Amino acid sequence: MPPESILTAAGICHSFGGLMALEDIDFRIGRKEIVSLIGPNGAGKTTMFNLFTGHYNPTRGEIYFNNRKINGLKPYQITPIGIARTFQNIRLFGQMSVLENVLIGQHCRTRTGLFGAILRTPGCKKEEARARELALEMLSFVRLEEKKDEKACNLAYGEQRRLEIARALATDPLLLLLDEPAAGMNPQETISLMELVRQIRDQMGITILLIEHDMKVVMGISERVAVLNYGKKIAEGTPREVQNNEEVIRAYLGDSA
Amino acid sequence: MFIQQLMNGLVLGSTYALIALGYTMVYGIIELINFAHGEIYMFGAFAGLILVTVLKVPFFLAFFLAMALASLLGITVEYLAYRPLRRSTRLAALISAIGASIFLQNLALWRMGAQPYTFPSPFEPKVYQTAFFTISRVEIIILLFSFLLMIGLSLFIQKTKIGKAMRATAQDKDTASLMGININKIITITFAIGSALGAAAGVMVGIYFRTVTPSMGLMPGLKGFVAAVLGGIGNIPGAMMGGILLGITEVMGAAYISSQYRDAVAFALLIMVLLLKPTGLLGRPTQEKV
Repeated sequence: MPPESILTAAGICHSFGGLMALEDIDFRIGRKEIVSLIGPNGAGKTTMFNLFTGHYNPTRGEIYFNNRKINGLKPYQITPIGIARTFQNIRLFGQMSVLENVLIGQHCRTRTGLFGAILRTPGCKKEEARARELALEMLSFVRLEEKKDEKACNLAYGEQRRLEIARALATDPLLLLLDEPAAGMNPQETISLMELVRQIRDQMGITILLIEHDMKVVMGISERVAVLNYGKKIAEGTPREVQNNEEVIRAYLGDSA
Repeated sequence: MFIQQLMNGLVLGSTYALIALGYTMVYGIIELINFAHGEIYMFGAFAGLILVTVLKVPFFLAFFLAMALASLLGITVEYLAYRPLRRSTRLAALISAIGASIFLQNLALWRMGAQPYTFPSPFEPKVYQTAFFTISRVEIIILLFSFLLMIGLSLFIQKTKIGKAMRATAQDKDTASLMGININKIITITFAIGSALGAAAGVMVGIYFRTVTPSMGLMPGLKGFVAAVLGGIGNIPGAMMGGILLGITEVMGAAYISSQYRDAVAFALLIMVLLLKPTGLLGRPTQEKV
């Protein structure tokens, strides 16, 4: 295990009415790790993401990010301190251009207020130019710079996934949460996605937590894997350890296997 | 004659367009028909009147001050009447909007009385004669200011960071907040801008027709709403187009059919557009949100 953790969840529980979606989860991610969260459908993986980004407030337990308690904060307050995410069902601003989607990601990183924007102060112009430069850099990082002026909703599926990643990177995160990034991708796209995820960690130094069903991806890029089943963490370890864990095999394949 | 009517329609229509923008911007962000918007327009006219007549503020300064005061009123109405109902049904918020409208209108009746006030003409009345039409100085000012405000708004929405944040919020609030956008702040800004535009229309109609009354917001409020629906509610260029189209249709109806039917013509246009294209002229069918 790496020495310093960037995100720590201590004893978190979350229930929707009477349904316990997550029960007493202890979980930590080390700085610059690539960690996967796996488990059958309905195990509580996306609920975990929603807790980390402030969409839900945990019923019990505490979440620390970068040595700061974050449960109770709203999503717009969590983004500036460094957590970004993508969605299982892609949620781009479809009516905006590709470039604008990435510019929006930098919203909390630019300082110009209402008056600077109206009066077109030199500081504001400079900031806008820099934001644009950075956005183009992000787009070329995910190989979408050619499409910068297209409407986001007109991109192909795999391109939309990459754009969502670029938009998340534009918020300048320390931790990137990817919700099923390989879903619906063909094998070729999946391989280049894995390459991209590794680059994000190696070149930008961003910690990555991903939810994924594609075991080739999970086993191929994760340094650690945590397994959820019915809201409980049933296993955690290296990909190899998890693969051979009996409880995990039972959760996926049933008792008789 | 025809070109003259077209010009008259354009002047009237540009004030409708300004009012319609307030409806459409608010609807785009929180899907609420802000029925108190007509009263914001009325408030703007009164604020301008009081500033000019009682406080002796120069007209152009009074114009911008009235816009600023109406912004504050719009923000207050949102904060007191709509924000507490954000998570309840849309009908509850709609009824609250009607309540806010009735409240503001009666507040004005109580403080100002029911009698009409005369807006003093801020400029020497002057009429310019061209080959095809005559146009007064006030009309030129209305056209000029309306179009400047509309161009300014379009640039603001398209080019600035806050404009982008507004568009993002209109498309998907949850995702927008994940970009670090404070949704409540965007809603406040939306009400402020919408109300300022409404007040600008109020002051300009005040100097155009020279009268200001507490109930003056009722009909233009309704017409602004019609204009917003005509253009496709939630769509900003649509609201501008809808307002101008409505103004021209109304003036043409009054000129060529009967001036008694001018309102009927306006609403008949609404019914026709809704029958033929229910999403409005520039509106898109709403996508089912997942």
